[in-house]
Amino acid sequence: MTPPPLWGGGGGAGAGLSRRGLLASSASSFLLAPLVARAQASARVVVVGGGFGGATAARFLRRADPRLDITLVEANQQFTACPFSNEVIVGLRDIAAQRFAYAAIAADGVRVIQAEATAVDPTAHRVSLGDGTVLPYDRLILSPGIDIVWDALPGYDEAAAERLPHAWKAGAQTLLLRSQLEAMPDGGLVVMSAPPNPYRCPPGPYERASLIAYYLKTKKPRSKLLLLDAKDVFSKQKLFQAAWPKLYPGLLEWVSLSDGGKVTRVDPATNTFETDFGTQKADVGNVIPPQRAGRIAALAGVADRTGWCPIDPATFESRLQPGIHVVGDAAIAGAMPKSAFAANAQAKVCAYAVAALLAGATPAEPRLINTCYSLVAPGYGISVAGVYRPVNGQLTDIDGAGGTSPLDAPATLRVQEADYANAWFKTITAETFG
Amino acid sequence: MRLRTGLVLAGVLGTVAAAPSPGALGCSGCHSAGPQPPALANRVPEEIVVALDAFRAGTKPATVMDRIAKGFSHDESVAIAVWVAAPK
Repeated sequence: MTPPPLWGGGGGAGAGLSRRGLLASSASSFLLAPLVARAQASARVVVVGGGFGGATAARFLRRADPRLDITLVEANQQFTACPFSNEVIVGLRDIAAQRFAYAAIAADGVRVIQAEATAVDPTAHRVSLGDGTVLPYDRLILSPGIDIVWDALPGYDEAAAERLPHAWKAGAQTLLLRSQLEAMPDGGLVVMSAPPNPYRCPPGPYERASLIAYYLKTKKPRSKLLLLDAKDVFSKQKLFQAAWPKLYPGLLEWVSLSDGGKVTRVDPATNTFETDFGTQKADVGNVIPPQRAGRIAALAGVADRTGWCPIDPATFESRLQPGIHVVGDAAIAGAMPKSAFAANAQAKVCAYAVAALLAGATPAEPRLINTCYSLVAPGYGISVAGVYRPVNGQLTDIDGAGGTSPLDAPATLRVQEADYANAWFKTITAETFG
Repeated sequence: MRLRTGLVLAGVLGTVAAAPSPGALGCSGCHSAGPQPPALANRVPEEIVVALDAFRAGTKPATVMDRIAKGFSHDESVAIAVWVAAPK
């Protein structure tokens, strides 16, 4: 006998009057699963990717349904977080503060396997790992983050990243860029290039430019930073552009697409950045290159020709492969940005949705929140927030909600937001890994 | 009335894991043990509802919560408050 839907919004045959009374209340949805006898083996969920999306998904699957068989596959032995890695780059933070282990997730009863996922068979419902293991699944959640698209920017191949770091995946690249800045003499030129949309962390390049400018102002004041952009518009733009002339006069120049900022080629041998209007030779060069969903997404057949993954906004189920869900940077999530906050938020919704689907129930329509903090300087925080709901199959901003920090604000507000940014990092990493 | 019904249900079914109200899962991205931002778990839900209503109206000083509270109606906020305030 098929269990009746257990979640609010499903209604359906068999829902008695008393349960409908319960379902009608504001606290309408209750998981009554323990009261329903289940004879079959535990449903198996495999999660690939142990970042903010995948690690959160694995943890919350366990909370949503203690009976699930959950496996988390991650290639790295530990996770190195990108948020706040810009502080590491400019010597304001130790990289140790960015590293997180999987022990607590394993202690939740999640099977954590350190391996690379090398293939997915969406029809046979199996994930193959680099060590030869094959994992069958009832539902698969992919949260593979991004991969750099090598050579999308001519001259920027994998070898080039050792001369002109992207530092858009935290770890060795973060430390490489830091060491290059430390070695640069006073009076040097730092050149950054920012890509067109979409990419991981929309305000990230501008936070990085701000903090590098802070570093130059305090340590190497005769130096300059040139930020070459493939865009005319960027996240929290008015806030950054209001602050830069006050905090970093003469230090930081942003060149928009319309003003010739788009980088057409780089030469790592000479540290040069070419645009339609000329060539810049950098003492330190940071290329933030074009990106796409992590490779396992394409291998699983869930990435479209943009390189990113279209999903259902209520369940994050792939629109291309049933039974596979995608959360985090890899997903095309409508108005939600590619951020750690969004990955964690999507993963929680996805986990409960997957648990509902496996129990034969209809997931409720979600609401999602994002908040992205940027540091324009130490003690100067700004934020952009959004609340989202599915509209016509896409996550859409809710009218009247969200937006950026006020343009005119006392210093105390900027200090408060910087403090909240730090508190956010501690909270979200504790929720995900702690 | 709805808030009280929710609280009665939370009491009666306190041993069963409650499915999150829409939006409720997002709160813990920032809110955990406190003190800033304040903890939400193990609280009286009405306090959270009053705060969210004030943030939405712009009468409570905020950095980001006014922008977030405006994404939810009063009734949606009640449902969120009941879920996030419940003991975890």
